[in-house]
Amino acid sequence: MSDIPQDLKFAESHEWVREEGGGLVTVGISDHAQEALGDLVYVEVPDVGAAVTVGDACAVVESVKAASDVYSPVDGEVVAVNEALADAPELINSEPYGEGWIMQVRLADANALDDLLDAEGYANAIADE
Amino acid sequence: MTEPLIFEHSRPGRTAAAQFPAGDIDAAVPAELARTSGLGLPEVSELQAVRHFTRLSQRNFSIDTHFYPLGSCTMKYNPRACNRLAMLPEFLSRHPLAPVSASQGFLACMFDLQEILKEVTGMKGVSLTPMAGAQGEFAGVAMIRAYHEARGDTERTEILVPDAAHGTNPATATMCGYVAREIPTDANGDVDVEALKAALGPKTAGIMLTNPSTLGVFERKISEISKLVHQAGGLLYYDGANLNAILGKVRPGDMGFDVIHMNLHKTFSTPHGGGGPGSGAVGVSERLLPFMPIPVVGKAADDSYRWLDEDDLPQSIGRLSGFMGNAGVLLRAYVYARMLGRDGMHRVAEFAALNANYLMARLREAGFDPAFPDRRASHEFIITLKRQNKSVGVTATDVAKRLLDHGFHAPTVYFPLLVPECLLIEPTETESKEALDGFIDAMIAIAEEAEADIEQLRGAPYTMPVRRLDDVRAARQLDVRYQPEAAA
Amino acid sequence: MPFIPHTESDVEQMLGAIDAPSIEALFDEIPAELRCGRLDRVPEGMTEMEITRLMHERADADGRPLNFIGAGAYEHHVPAAVWEIVSRGEFYSAYTPYQAEASQGTLQVIYEFQTMMCGLTGLDVSNASLYDGATALAEALLMAVRANRKSKSRRILMPRSVAPVYRQVVETICSTQGLQLVELAYDPATGTTPEAALAEHAGGDITAVVIPHPNFFGCFEAVDQLTDWAHANGALAVALVNPVALALTRAPGEWGAQGVDICCGEGQPLGSPLSSGGPYFGFMTCKQALVRQLPGRIVGRTLDLDGKPGFALTLQAREQHIRRGKATSNICTNQGLLVTAATIHMSILGPAGLQQVARASMANTRKLVDALVELPGVEPVFSGTRFHEAVLRFDQPVRPLIDALGGRGIVGGYALEPVYPELKHCLLVCATETKTDADIDTYVQTLAALMRPASAA
Repeated sequence: MSDIPQDLKFAESHEWVREEGGGLVTVGISDHAQEALGDLVYVEVPDVGAAVTVGDACAVVESVKAASDVYSPVDGEVVAVNEALADAPELINSEPYGEGWIMQVRLADANALDDLLDAEGYANAIADE
Repeated sequence: MTEPLIFEHSRPGRTAAAQFPAGDIDAAVPAELARTSGLGLPEVSELQAVRHFTRLSQRNFSIDTHFYPLGSCTMKYNPRACNRLAMLPEFLSRHPLAPVSASQGFLACMFDLQEILKEVTGMKGVSLTPMAGAQGEFAGVAMIRAYHEARGDTERTEILVPDAAHGTNPATATMCGYVAREIPTDANGDVDVEALKAALGPKTAGIMLTNPSTLGVFERKISEISKLVHQAGGLLYYDGANLNAILGKVRPGDMGFDVIHMNLHKTFSTPHGGGGPGSGAVGVSERLLPFMPIPVVGKAADDSYRWLDEDDLPQSIGRLSGFMGNAGVLLRAYVYARMLGRDGMHRVAEFAALNANYLMARLREAGFDPAFPDRRASHEFIITLKRQNKSVGVTATDVAKRLLDHGFHAPTVYFPLLVPECLLIEPTETESKEALDGFIDAMIAIAEEAEADIEQLRGAPYTMPVRRLDDVRAARQLDVRYQPEAAA
Repeated sequence: MPFIPHTESDVEQMLGAIDAPSIEALFDEIPAELRCGRLDRVPEGMTEMEITRLMHERADADGRPLNFIGAGAYEHHVPAAVWEIVSRGEFYSAYTPYQAEASQGTLQVIYEFQTMMCGLTGLDVSNASLYDGATALAEALLMAVRANRKSKSRRILMPRSVAPVYRQVVETICSTQGLQLVELAYDPATGTTPEAALAEHAGGDITAVVIPHPNFFGCFEAVDQLTDWAHANGALAVALVNPVALALTRAPGEWGAQGVDICCGEGQPLGSPLSSGGPYFGFMTCKQALVRQLPGRIVGRTLDLDGKPGFALTLQAREQHIRRGKATSNICTNQGLLVTAATIHMSILGPAGLQQVARASMANTRKLVDALVELPGVEPVFSGTRFHEAVLRFDQPVRPLIDALGGRGIVGGYALEPVYPELKHCLLVCATETKTDADIDTYVQTLAALMRPASAA
């Protein structure tokens, strides 16, 4: 059973969002997603300053056998990216909700998180898979 | 036993002096351009080099040493005569820009090969220049683009690709500036025609199909698909990866295809060489003739041969290589084609199909699950280990690695992506019944081992120069060149 | 039946196991109306003895002329051991090393090749090769577009001194992806790209600058200035080099203040016979930071389950079979067999051998030029320092001379006028280490005899 923190919001495409206050959110991929992908060997993060849109590919995570797009769960502007992933992509495997975060985004619209799933909703979504 | 790197055999000052001009030669580049660092090449004797590389060769599986049923790759016997005759000294020393007056022998071979390929594919023109299947694909889609553009039809932005297709198909479409749109496959392995109809429209530039498909079955609705795509104004591209299955039985031109590429390193038995060179000759229908990549060999009224270039084909998509592509590979394909001859062509497909269907029937009898049990195998077929994966946890990788211990190269695994835990098996026509029976016995032994001792299976292979390699380490701690200082 | 081992009894047993009445029945899913009949235009099959006779006849018809031509393909001595080993079935008839444990030979060869190419070019990473030099340049430019994220223009500065056919191939492959090639004129006195040609592009958005070294005319370019200009203007520097020349010239990784970003070229001079233009191989190396954008296969060293070193394909997630529509290129193959030849070739020659080959080629071309310009009506065109090719201007059209030389067993050079109209009556010649003083003399005397009537006319 994968870990699904109660305080986070989720997209059905397996990204998580944490509200940091002041219209800022942190984005990563879920424990369930990292498990399915296996050992990650590379993460391509977006440029700081890039505009992201809900549902658009904004990052790529690679295992030895697959490359998967990460879709932005929010609209906004990237204000920070996790530089540590360049040398240590395995952080996503070991701490998907902590040191394995991918990017911080300044939201275009603070209410935009309402469409995302809560922990329970996400648990149901992956149970159906 | 590991074989040290050639650099570890190196000693400063050692040379193979018979191999290069001796003495002080008066030639130097100006100081500001001159080399300031070492070349990074090893310093070994000729014998050390010969022994090292001979030993490395012995660490390979190959067609000449092992049954190699790699699906979609057509690992048939590469007749030695093809290599010998393509390497006649006159052919090897012929400069690509030598005058045509001193090239009639070579050009005759190329012209004949074009004619043979036209006949076996039912196409109207052939260009031999693409240097690999993927380049043939590029040439094909570029011709489709050139065709639409020449007609002022510039709104077409999509190439349709079945979801079972080779990864090169969508990659090629992208390279040619198109969006690749996937079409689903139905339960029997045919293209989902209803989904195709929904996808076709004014944006459709064309469709890329492999027939028989990568699922190892013949696309039965090909005529209907061809009609639908043409009605929508699109063209049909034939990926020749599986041409071996139908050689002399049915021709892409007769199925309605407008452009095809042929993998001569598969169907026409040129060597794979550890990953190349390939050769991806393209064939075209009437309407694409003006767009063929150059150069092409033409024959004049006086029966002399010459290159057709920009002046002859002003609408050509252009040049794809520095000269005329992989000429030496084409000579090998030509020798093979001439040795097979007319009747040999039919036999290729017949015995490739016989071997594939025999293997499928026997493996099924032994308890393996064909992915499409109600279909004929083409020249290859898929076994899925989904059931065994659930029951005992065996994976396609486990079986593949264990086959190596039994002295067989593994089939293609995890392709096509649609079928879980799959093995794509292509025996080719050149394998004897005994070779196939040996492979079947090995598969049965592995299935029994999976039931009895799955851990043993997961540790395979045991008899190769190395055990299973850590791919994750290879990617995370990238070591792609020898650095003695780093190793020390 | 050629290459088919089945006996009648095999066929019978196999059809029994399939439960099919005949081999023909195996094709019953193909609609009958699509089936083809006899392939009448394919000739009857031949035995090995017959095809051997035919191929010898055709080879003999072409003969073995003396090559005084380069223009992208160079005749060098290849040690006998190279193709003896390359033709071993274990290399010749193996496939791409996807099953690493059963392909350690091919994989180790590629790892050694990558190391050698990094050493020669002075860069960090090499791929396992591309099709040929021209396509390697096209792939290098597509790579530059991906790697130079600051540049939006896709504008490439392409010297006119780059081989015309390379520029054509780049056009074919890259035009569908919106690359814009901007030509840089060469200095008609030196035959090299002057800094002044770049000046008008300063401050503009340039994605990459191509630096040929030596260029198509055989001249060495001012590589330090060109590399530094590229970097000062936000562009990547892409070197296009002859690997034999690298034995004598500074490594591209050391050009200018920072070295080039990508280096590529034609690998043919390293052990591939001329063979009518192929198969050859293209090589490509780059700085470490760009490795993810490098197209084609890459081999890495890793450990096995027992902790023993071994080799495997790595970074495969960049490639078409995984990335599909988003791959760095649609390329699947490398030119494995030619890379095997090159690796053996470089091992046998070693640094001393490759340097001697480069020096001898340079010296022979100088001898040839010195002798030719003694002929009335022949003069050198460019003053720049040459490697092993040179441009000569004649007082008459060169095409008839080339044809006449061809009739006398000499491939006399490459006529430049059709591709460089400004180089009227100009011939590109080359004499590698394979040419003796007697060969050079034969060429000069034959040419002199052919020219006389034309000069008199």
